[in-house]
Amino acid sequence: MLARSTPAAIAIQVRGLSDRAIAWLFITPAIALLLAINIFPLIWAVYLSFTNFRANRPNAEVEGVGLRNYQRVLNDPDIWIAMQTTAHFVFWTILLQTAIGFALAYLIDRKFRGHAFWTTVILIPMMLSPAVVGNFWRFLYQPQIGLFNYIVSFFSGIAPSSFEMLGSVTLAPWAIIIVDTWMWTPYVMLICLAGLRSIPDYIYEAAEVDRASAWRQFWSITVPMALPFIMLAVLFRGIENFKMFDMVMLLTGGGPGSTTEVASITLKREAFESWLTGRSSAFAIILFVAVFGLANVYVKALNKVKQR
Amino acid sequence: MSSVNTTAHSVVEPTATSKRIAGAIVILYALVTMVPLAWIFLTSIKSPPDSISYPPKIVFTPTLEGYCNLFTTRTRQTPDYIQSLPPPTGTCDEITRSRNMVIAGPSNYWPRFGNSLLIAFGSTFLAVSLGTLAAYGFSRFRVPLADDLLFFILSTRMMPPIAVAIPIYLMYRQLGLSDTALGMILLYTAVNVSLAVWLLKGFIDEIPREYEEAAMIDGYTRLQAFWKVVLPQATTGIAATAIFCLIFAWNEYAFAVLLTSGSAQTAPPFIPTIIGEGGQDWPAVAAGTTIFLVPILVFTIILRKQLLRGITFGAVRK
Repeated sequence: MLARSTPAAIAIQVRGLSDRAIAWLFITPAIALLLAINIFPLIWAVYLSFTNFRANRPNAEVEGVGLRNYQRVLNDPDIWIAMQTTAHFVFWTILLQTAIGFALAYLIDRKFRGHAFWTTVILIPMMLSPAVVGNFWRFLYQPQIGLFNYIVSFFSGIAPSSFEMLGSVTLAPWAIIIVDTWMWTPYVMLICLAGLRSIPDYIYEAAEVDRASAWRQFWSITVPMALPFIMLAVLFRGIENFKMFDMVMLLTGGGPGSTTEVASITLKREAFESWLTGRSSAFAIILFVAVFGLANVYVKALNKVKQR
Repeated sequence: MSSVNTTAHSVVEPTATSKRIAGAIVILYALVTMVPLAWIFLTSIKSPPDSISYPPKIVFTPTLEGYCNLFTTRTRQTPDYIQSLPPPTGTCDEITRSRNMVIAGPSNYWPRFGNSLLIAFGSTFLAVSLGTLAAYGFSRFRVPLADDLLFFILSTRMMPPIAVAIPIYLMYRQLGLSDTALGMILLYTAVNVSLAVWLLKGFIDEIPREYEEAAMIDGYTRLQAFWKVVLPQATTGIAATAIFCLIFAWNEYAFAVLLTSGSAQTAPPFIPTIIGEGGQDWPAVAAGTTIFLVPILVFTIILRKQLLRGITFGAVRK
């Protein structure tokens, strides 16, 4: 048996721990931690979603309630409104970030002088804490004294005290969309830039030879070749904004009324203010399944685009 | 918004004019996005009245009051009492007295900042260590169901943090880990380790196995080969992964605000709670924000190349 193995294989078998032992030794700690702090709580949440347990009454009798929590969540109009609000945010933030991000990537790809430096400057907002920076945006949005209102009135002539970005039902969602776009456009830009850089020059050169106009080249080479990357950026941003919490919590707390109450805020209220642990767990599971399902469908579409 | 030049010029080598226009637009965008950050810094060196004046002041006398208010707690006193005190011991003491107050003691800012440091670096170290080992295991040995396992682990990140926070909160209450640095370190490690394994597996896959095999023929055990051959080759990837984990842990808010309240509270939940007399003390908030952002700013500028791969989930290999 040994005679037919390579020298390396013999060496491995003869000395030290066996490969199998090392594989176990190396993989186990990470998996154990994940099981304890990722998977186990998930299973616990699933269990809790079938009970009437309340975290603020740990000693009360816990009863199984079957699917009642799920029924209540799905029949609760507030939950559907929160889902709509979330979808609204996801749609607008992705649209704006993709449009601006791709345009910026396209311009940076012209490789003007100093493009590397300015790319770094543009990246800065996305490195910062959404909570800490979002909190400061509250100050920028103050009516009368806030810089944002001042700049808007400077260019438009509307009195700076006449509109409240965070206090108005129509403007509050946009206040959040603006901050999110300011923070995350660089991220989309970065992925688009990688996509543009992945297009080999010879394709453009061939198009030049064929006398294709720049416009034509843009629509039939640049956009299709960069599309998988754009879609990837949309996926990451979509998942992230589905979970949107920090910024909304600090800017509006879900207000005014419940105009900016996204899914995560509803979840927090149910779980940590109303202490309806069972119901909030059911909602959490529904959210997870929804995102997981949508993401999987989307990834299939993405792979189709890639294979073209 | 797209600026496609309809004149027939080469896309491969844009004309000087189109480069200049592109540059101008990008620079303009960059400057506009910097305005809020510049304003954070400017507000941190304004006096409270200057910070809320209308129109917003760009020219003002800088003061350290925001930083003084950030680092101290103060009590209001009568002018007569303040007159009777010995001469002020420093700039902050002087500024505080001029507002008819005296310094009562240090604020919670530095302890919270220290928690952020401890938890961010602790969890990063753990996530990268465990992640490197597991990534090597997945990369070099046939592990049953490895891909499914990895994908499932990664998909747990699709859960809103609040959803995970409910059972974690209950679990930590049972184990006595709520509001402890250890609890937060373990939690952030768990959140980061899946990504760390994913990224690092990509890096380790690129290191040819022949290196280890050659080393083993030369008499190394597999562990020695891993330690002396693979690790040095993987340093760039490990650094990129570490930065990514560090930024996440440094910036995280949702878990921190739900699972810590005092002794283990990090800076992000603390900064929004800085209040002066009559609402939020914006210069102090800005000062706290400035100090908190500086490390990340320095990081971004120095390590932007390594960041590229981490941010894009290993999708960008350039």
